[in-house]
Amino acid sequence: MTAQSIADAAYIIAALLFILTLAGLSKHETSRQGIVFGIAGMAVALAATVGVAVQNAAAIAVTLLFVAVACGAVIGLWRARIVEMTGMPELIALLHSFVGLAAVLVGWDGFFSVENNAGQTEFAGSLLHIHHAEVFIGVFIGGVTFTGSIVANLKLSGRMKSAPLMLPGKNYLNLGALAAFGILTGVFVGSPDLGLLIAVTLVALALGWHLVASIGGGDMPVVVSMLNSYSGWAAAASGFLLNNNLLIVTGALVGSSGAYLSYIMCQAMNRSFISVIAGGFGMEAPTSSDTDYGDYREVNATEVAALLTNAKSVVITPGYGMAVAQAQYPVAELTQKLRDRGVDVRFGIHPVAGRLPGHMNVLLAEAKVPYDIVLEMDEINDDFADTSVVLVIGANDTVNPAAAEDPGSPIAGMPVLRVWEAADVVVFKRSMAAGYAGVQNPLFFRDNAQMLFGDAKSMVEEVLRAI
Amino acid sequence: MTMHIGVPRERLAGETRVAATPRTVEQLSALGYEVVVEEGAGALSSFPDEAYAAAGARIGEPEEVWAADVVFKVNAPDAAEIERLHEGVTLVSLLAPGLNPELVETLAAKPITALAMDAVPRISRAQSLDVLSSMANIAGYRAVIEAAHVFGRFFTGQVTAAGKVPPAKVLVAGAGVAGLAAIGAASSLGAIVYATDPRPEVADQVKSLGGEFLAVQSAEAEVSSSGYAKEMSQDYNALAAQLYAAQAPEVDIIVTTALIPGRPAPRLITADMVASMKSGSVIVDMAAAQGGNVEGTRAGEVVVTGNGVTIIGYTDLAGRLPAQASQLYGTNLVNLMKLLTPAKDGELVLDFDDVVQRGITVVHRGEKMWPPPPVQVSAAPAAAAAAPVKAAPEKKRMSNTRKLTLTGIGIAALWLVNAFAPQPLPEHFTVLMLATVIGYYVIGKVHHALHTPLMSVTNAISGIIVVGALLQIGNGSTVIRVLSFVAILLASINIFGGFAVTRRMLGMFSKG
Repeated sequence: MTAQSIADAAYIIAALLFILTLAGLSKHETSRQGIVFGIAGMAVALAATVGVAVQNAAAIAVTLLFVAVACGAVIGLWRARIVEMTGMPELIALLHSFVGLAAVLVGWDGFFSVENNAGQTEFAGSLLHIHHAEVFIGVFIGGVTFTGSIVANLKLSGRMKSAPLMLPGKNYLNLGALAAFGILTGVFVGSPDLGLLIAVTLVALALGWHLVASIGGGDMPVVVSMLNSYSGWAAAASGFLLNNNLLIVTGALVGSSGAYLSYIMCQAMNRSFISVIAGGFGMEAPTSSDTDYGDYREVNATEVAALLTNAKSVVITPGYGMAVAQAQYPVAELTQKLRDRGVDVRFGIHPVAGRLPGHMNVLLAEAKVPYDIVLEMDEINDDFADTSVVLVIGANDTVNPAAAEDPGSPIAGMPVLRVWEAADVVVFKRSMAAGYAGVQNPLFFRDNAQMLFGDAKSMVEEVLRAI
Repeated sequence: MTMHIGVPRERLAGETRVAATPRTVEQLSALGYEVVVEEGAGALSSFPDEAYAAAGARIGEPEEVWAADVVFKVNAPDAAEIERLHEGVTLVSLLAPGLNPELVETLAAKPITALAMDAVPRISRAQSLDVLSSMANIAGYRAVIEAAHVFGRFFTGQVTAAGKVPPAKVLVAGAGVAGLAAIGAASSLGAIVYATDPRPEVADQVKSLGGEFLAVQSAEAEVSSSGYAKEMSQDYNALAAQLYAAQAPEVDIIVTTALIPGRPAPRLITADMVASMKSGSVIVDMAAAQGGNVEGTRAGEVVVTGNGVTIIGYTDLAGRLPAQASQLYGTNLVNLMKLLTPAKDGELVLDFDDVVQRGITVVHRGEKMWPPPPVQVSAAPAAAAAAPVKAAPEKKRMSNTRKLTLTGIGIAALWLVNAFAPQPLPEHFTVLMLATVIGYYVIGKVHHALHTPLMSVTNAISGIIVVGALLQIGNGSTVIRVLSFVAILLASINIFGGFAVTRRMLGMFSKG
């Protein structure tokens, strides 16, 4: 029994615990138990690895190791404590970029310890060639994940324009980058060279940047879960490189889960999975941007309050605007107040509301809205016709009737919440600006729709006071 | 200025409906109008005067009612009523302007405004005012009830101690609003329902109500641009006749609903077909007022043929459910007033830029406005609408063969790599493949609301890449140490941050 065999056994346990983690997350009831499994699995894996690592390492390396883990822990816990729930998408995108960068670094390490180390004896013959390829693949996937996530983070936090970047022949750029990767890999396997490694790193970084930059802001939920998937594959590639099954298992779990999530998202938006991940959606100009939609009507908070108190049933459909305005607390309070008066209040959540899958659920949960009145689109869509009042808070594209009725609209065919079937619709919005998809929303001009302009949070608070 | 709405009692013989109910009076008051209802106006619809008064209406004499700014009627006004229309009044009623040109002329001779509720264009936005739909719905239901009343047997099949009862077979000709209502009513009574229609796209609607769609095998598929059926070609009609002739001896009940706006009703069922039916069968001809779909129908009457088939030709099917019909008609009127009262201040405003408002206006301040410019409606997205869409990229859905080919290539590649690669590569691929499949199945069960925590936890887990860096840091050179140090730092942020933030999120989910 060596340290290595102990570690290998521990890895199997850790892999099992990770699977249980994901399984536990399938239901609210078991989700907390799931996370305990996850932490336990990680602890086992770390302890086992550190045990192996410190055995034959110099004191300086051991010190560095613990310093790095400690620093990472402090920074990570600090960020997790202070992050706003609305800032979750940015944080997650940033964390993805760390995994990507770490994968690049591990790949480079692999290069320096084997290819660039004449004294190594571990690899020979075809195994050595495979190692070359593995270094390359790991670095490539890691690089794409890294810059892709950085761009996603910048777009989500508004520090970069969310409109898709439109370089001429962008599909050929992507394909070209892939082809360059293939050729470089071939050459590198023949004769490993630092220059080639630098070249492939740059190609990967550029590709990651371009891929995500050319995807519009409205597709960000898909992008974030896709990057999640990439970060998993990056870890799996490192597992191949380091001959480590735990990395492969974990990477594959994360990779397939991310891919599946993005697939669900794409279905919810009626988009082709391939075209979203290739950064090619919605490139044509909107056909009817100058259509005259008629006039919209404005209401004030007092009228909305009157409407709500007389309503039998109310459905609230939140969107990213609620997140931005941090309006979830007053919304929860409003819900409570109306429920106390016997009004049936429910929430309708579009699968891609917000900038992250399940984003709205997290925000509403934060504000203590009971999760059993928070329904999915399919559960609530048939009920709108019997609903007295719908409050659209900071949502736009997900309630756009054009998706259902205008075949020329860029979002045509995307399933949407059919809020316009309700007796009255009140839209909380800052201005008449178009939504993330850049499409005008005919809902605002419907006869049963009224606009309440202003910051969602202060407007909901005003309604609350008026009730 | 608050406008008054007057609701007179309907004077047409046999009319049971009324243009406002206590519930719609409330809604009209909410729009800022004052409502005056003639004494006894709702009596035949079981709405007593007290109920109107309780809902906020004033009960008044006919003089008061006709003096109102807006008059709500069900039937077109008769000569005496037209006499009573004062200058500037707005009359809202069923007018059938296409069929009654004299009436339009008479109305246009007076300085009034007349809105025809039965001229609402068939666009989705105007559905809430579409009286024809709401009345057809009621009539379709009632047609089945009338048939059941005359039919001497159960609709539903039963096995009883006294023997087995076969279910009744119902054929509904025409799957418009009335036809669909009839299909729904008949199938909920337990009958086996068949339906025909020239428009093949209604097959799904028929199915959704429990009916079976009998398609006429013809090359001519109709796509309607006005939302109504149109007249079909000779060829189609001959094929349809064959279908009806084959069905007539089989079914027990036939409900015909075929109407073409502004034309006599098409003849679907001939005397021969009626003669081929079983004794005791019932036909309800919902088109009796326009001459009937069935040979031998008499409008407003019930006819029993020599072979014992009852042909019901009632023209007031909707009025036979007076309370329901009044409520729906009244609600259509309320929806119209919502459209015409954008400010909700009891001030009626007509906007002729709106195709709906333009379409229903027959007379405006003594000026004849009929017929309105045609409105192109896309009841079914027609081929013309598809042209501009072509610019949009076609959604590529992979064909099955392509999918299979790609899968095949993938599997072949996997086999090749593993067949030629030395250990440990095949072992790695085994692990990778199994873990991928497990991941797919585990994630498939994750609740929609937990997607964000899922993502942050997988994020934390993918921090496992730290293991790689940990193993490398002890490995000699300074470059490797520095790189590994950074990698460990980053991955640790991921692990600790990811788990902490997931815990924080999950802590928030609570059940109400």
